Amino acid sequence: MASLTASSLINPHDLQLDDACALLQHDAKNGLQESGESPTDYLQRLIDGLCELSLKDPLTGLGNRRHFHAALERSIETVARSGESVLLLLLDIDHFKSINDTHGHLAGDQVLRVIAGCLASCVRPMDIVARYGGEEFAVIMPNCRPLFGQAVAERIRKSIASLTIPIAPMQNIQATVSIGGAYAPEWVRSTADLWIERADSQLYRAKSDGRNLVKLDQPRELSVSAEEKGLLFSHLIMDEMTPTGNMGIPPHGAPGLPTKRVIA
Amino acid sequence: MNDVLTPTDASQDVAKVPLKPYGKVLAVTSGKGGVGKTFVSANLAAALAKRGNRVLVLDADLGLANLDVVLNLFPKITLHDVFTGKARLEDAILPAPGGFSVLLAGSGMVEYSRLTPEVRNEFLRVINGLIPHYDVVLLDTGAGISDVVLFAVSLASEVLMVATPEPTSLTDAYATIKVLVGQQQRQTIRVIVNQVTRQGSGQAITHQLQQVLNRFVATDPEHPVHLVHTGDIPVDPEVRQAVMRRQLLMQNTPGCPAGQAIAQLAGKLEKIVIPKPA
Ligand SMILES: Nc1ncnc2c1ncn2[C@@H]1O[C@H](COP(=O)(O)OP(=O)(O)OP(=O)(O)O)[C@@H](O)[C@H]1O
Ligand SMILES: [Mg+2]
Repeated sequence: MASLTASSLINPHDLQLDDACALLQHDAKNGLQESGESPTDYLQRLIDGLCELSLKDPLTGLGNRRHFHAALERSIETVARSGESVLLLLLDIDHFKSINDTHGHLAGDQVLRVIAGCLASCVRPMDIVARYGGEEFAVIMPNCRPLFGQAVAERIRKSIASLTIPIAPMQNIQATVSIGGAYAPEWVRSTADLWIERADSQLYRAKSDGRNLVKLDQPRELSVSAEEKGLLFSHLIMDEMTPTGNMGIPPHGAPGLPTKRVIA
Repeated sequence: MNDVLTPTDASQDVAKVPLKPYGKVLAVTSGKGGVGKTFVSANLAAALAKRGNRVLVLDADLGLANLDVVLNLFPKITLHDVFTGKARLEDAILPAPGGFSVLLAGSGMVEYSRLTPEVRNEFLRVINGLIPHYDVVLLDTGAGISDVVLFAVSLASEVLMVATPEPTSLTDAYATIKVLVGQQQRQTIRVIVNQVTRQGSGQAITHQLQQVLNRFVATDPEHPVHLVHTGDIPVDPEVRQAVMRRQLLMQNTPGCPAGQAIAQLAGKLEKIVIPKPA
């Protein structure tokens, strides 16, 4: 913190700190210099407050996407070093669009807030909970063995499904979430994107299997689909049919990939 | 080999060891078992040694590779003793008949078949101890995708995926390749097709694996995955003969078709792995 030596020369009153103060005040924090507070302490407090704000989702108070990504990168490092078992959960509110369409955006915001609160109360203090996107949340759970992860994910799903969410006087609604999860590959350095992708494909499964479900990636499941096998072996059949064994010809007519990812 | 790390200096902080692959470490792996990994490892080592390289084969299958059987060796001191701190690394390294060195796991290693922090640290310590003394370190890994196999493979700069033309072997090789691509971001995997019955079929098989991979495995378009066909080894009755006699093919009948194929493979790999003196 070499810059702090110079900061004692700075008078906070000379700086344009109004916007910064307002941001902190808005977040129910004191943005004004307190009596007796040194300029250095005050500036430090202001900067700390802004840093904290930059990692927070304003609507729900959870970590935001930036916070989530930083935490995920750190987890990848930890896992590669220690082999610790870390689970990533992605949650998506089911039919959120129709909640918004039917009850309005304020109701939608209320649903997001209540679910966020419930989510945070279902996990341990060491776990990281973030709002990952519009109606999508993420949880990073360090030190999480497979059975434990499954149990927590189920607990989250059930707790949210049992909520009654007040959206207007005398009007409550209910909502469910679909949850997909994947463990970081132990000891092996992977990337955050690949990890998210694996969790995301489980979320896709949870959605397409009917929603309000938990699907966790079974680590290293040896799965080769019938389509893949078909394409893999097609040359063996060609090989038998062509006695000269000209097998450089790529086969054709193999089925394409199903389109990925559903919304809501 | 006096400066090889010993258990007493324990390379204290293994966490500081970079987790990047080691330039001269080659992993010989496969999806399905019994396709010829150990046969390839041992004979490739002999062929590389014959070309003047210092080569070591490590039983990274932790005792199940049967390298001892193939090489007809009965070690008193094994990797197991190194792992348990009963012996120094250099005492467990044996000269093999083909002019290379081996590090055999010993039967007690089965208890290490799960990748615990200890196993991982010991593994890293051993590899780091070996690196300075050899031009090539070959890891004869177990079949499939256990965490020990994945870890061993993650240490290698080159992966040699051994497959045979059979559907089961291809399926398992493909599944393993998917995992290596997905979890380790491997961009190049070398395919060696063993027990081929006709010329050119290894090339076609590699091509086919690549096609399926391109179609079904989403990869970063900027870093596409390449399966590089690196060698075919024909079915050869001499292989069996050598195994039965418990001798190395490369010593016994180096001129047989399988022997020639391995010699050719060694030449190719030498160019890839061993940096030419400037
Ligand atoms: N090119 C070949 N021609 C004929 N036979 C072969 C050839 N390659 C391998 N074999 C036979 O296959 C047997 C199994 O080979 P090997 O033990 O090397 O397989 P592996 O992949 O190491 O098995 P594991 O998965 O059990 O470690 C050998 O004993 C040999 O008889
Ligand atoms: Mg073997």
